[in-house]
Amino acid sequence: MFGLVIAVAAAVAADGYLMAPHLGKPMSADEVSKWNKTIFPDGQGLPPGRGDAKDGRVLYAQKCASCHGDHGEGATAEELVGEPKPPTPDNPSKAIGSYWPFATTIFDFISRSMPPSAPGSLSADETYAITAYLLAANKIIGENDVISAETLPKVKMPNRNGFIWIDVKK
Amino acid sequence: MSVKLSKDDLTPIAGGGLLHRRLFLKGGVVLATAQAIARPLRAEETATAPPPVDPADPPWLHETGGPFTGYGTPSKYEKYVVRNIGGNRTPAGEGVSWTPLQDLEGIVTPSGLHFERHHDGVPAIDPTLHRLVIHGLVRQPLEYTVESLLRYPMRSRFLFIECGGNSNAGWHQEPIQRPVGDFHGLVSCSEWTGVPLSVLLDEAGVDSKASWVIAEGGDAGLLNVSLPLSKLADDAMIALYQNGERVRPENGYPIRLIVPGWEGITNVKWLRRLQVTDQPAMTRNETAKYTELLPSGKARMFTFVMHAKSLITSPSPGQKMYGPNVYEIRGLAWSGRGKIAKVDISADGGHSWAEADLQDPVLSQCFTRFRLPWKWDGQPAILKSRATDESGYVQPERDVLVKERGREGYFHYNAIVSWAIDEDGEITHVYA
Ligand code: HEC
Repeated sequence: MFGLVIAVAAAVAADGYLMAPHLGKPMSADEVSKWNKTIFPDGQGLPPGRGDAKDGRVLYAQKCASCHGDHGEGATAEELVGEPKPPTPDNPSKAIGSYWPFATTIFDFISRSMPPSAPGSLSADETYAITAYLLAANKIIGENDVISAETLPKVKMPNRNGFIWIDVKK
Repeated sequence: MSVKLSKDDLTPIAGGGLLHRRLFLKGGVVLATAQAIARPLRAEETATAPPPVDPADPPWLHETGGPFTGYGTPSKYEKYVVRNIGGNRTPAGEGVSWTPLQDLEGIVTPSGLHFERHHDGVPAIDPTLHRLVIHGLVRQPLEYTVESLLRYPMRSRFLFIECGGNSNAGWHQEPIQRPVGDFHGLVSCSEWTGVPLSVLLDEAGVDSKASWVIAEGGDAGLLNVSLPLSKLADDAMIALYQNGERVRPENGYPIRLIVPGWEGITNVKWLRRLQVTDQPAMTRNETAKYTELLPSGKARMFTFVMHAKSLITSPSPGQKMYGPNVYEIRGLAWSGRGKIAKVDISADGGHSWAEADLQDPVLSQCFTRFRLPWKWDGQPAILKSRATDESGYVQPERDVLVKERGREGYFHYNAIVSWAIDEDGEITHVYA
């Protein structure tokens, strides 16, 4: 308790501004890599691995269809499959094919959040395969196209240019 | 306590009987009538009438009271004041619970009634195993224990947090009929205390090329969002305390990122990682969700700021008027752009307006409580409140907002809200 009080007192300079007490532990690059799970639109962060729609379809039926529908049409959870063209007032679909601007987002979200009962349980290959299945079901890639760290960032999404940045400049 | 009212005092200054806010200076008068609006009795309460007890001599005057408690809870007579849990699908951890705004007063939301939006439940985090990692475009990646963060100098701010999806029923074709908290209650206000994030960013040494930070929570699903570095370095906070006690589990225990005035999703709960970068990650929660589709087919993205909004919490649907009388109109206003500058009230559907009294304190990016006396003559009336913030932004009428945004945007609904009151004192939500 005594030490705690001193640390705080020493950290407030005479002018009242906060000075850093430097209590963060330096991390090595190896340590950071265990934490870093972000995947960027340019492919940064994608792990090694690969998969296609054929394998992905099987996994999807086992692990995803119960909530998202047999063909991604949506059930208790969101629809995932829609027309591969941007939304319109008559068809305001927010499914992956119509709305999502980046294919890397599919991998990032599934690998961290799905399925809800066991997030983080899918291997990289399984996640690539399910991503390939969802892209093929949305008619954005072919049935036999292989999705990997190299190919995923190159997939051009139909609604890539559908967004206007509001509170931050590009 | 008795105050003499002059005839002038009860002369309306706007249509429908709105009185001047200076009437509050004549203490006692208006307060006495405020009780005219009471919470409706629930079926159970009316059914089991209490035994006749003389209030002058109730039994608790003659027996030892209840025991001391380590942590107090509200009176059993207030057990109906709870968050309404709604929107849960499969699995149970996905959904929201609403703050019962209609049952609360003042500006602070009790921590146990702060709204919730979880994507995969509330994680049972052991604070000794929780870390905050700052890495990416920094001189030195750093890992903080919760115990170390508790040793930093802290700051407190009273701030609202509002879900970007709050009030989304406003986009519906027909006005939804529910108590006000059940469709506007994804907003709450707390005193947050913690470490200014700029202090930790300085320790890590941010690279001059950096412009974004990816924030990640420690829940199942590792919720992530991208935020501009400039905002985080300006006024974001690593909150450890909420309303004086450690942050509640459902609000981010042991640490929550607080981003003043910005939509709820950016105030990442259970914060565990901040990755400093030169680009947004384009996560699901800033692309598929929390973007607003416009009639043009384009969608608004990175709409972080919660614009000015206000609500009349009393009278409001679910309550009842007790006949012609002088009532106190009560409500809340807030803006992510700064302080509330004024709130105007209309009792005639927006034809005429009177300025409400803003109750101290009026703080930036915080709930502001407003009040105005109203002489209701028993005739049909339409009540509205309209907030203006210090930036000059004026809360829009619904038709203006819908014309600009269409009805598919889902998020960021902040239009003026209208309550209709009929001759019987019934209160309904209307588009007017
Ligand atoms: C138990 C039901 C359930 C299962 C099984 C499930 N999901 Fe989900 N999924 C959800 C829910 C609920 C959401 C919405 C989560 C939220 O809003 O935070 C969601 C959201 C998503 C989204 C984002 C949709 C959008 O438009 O934002 C994707 C993509 C997704 N799931 C893919 C999958 C995949 C792939 C699987 C199988 C590996 C899967 N889900 C299994 C319930 C489920």
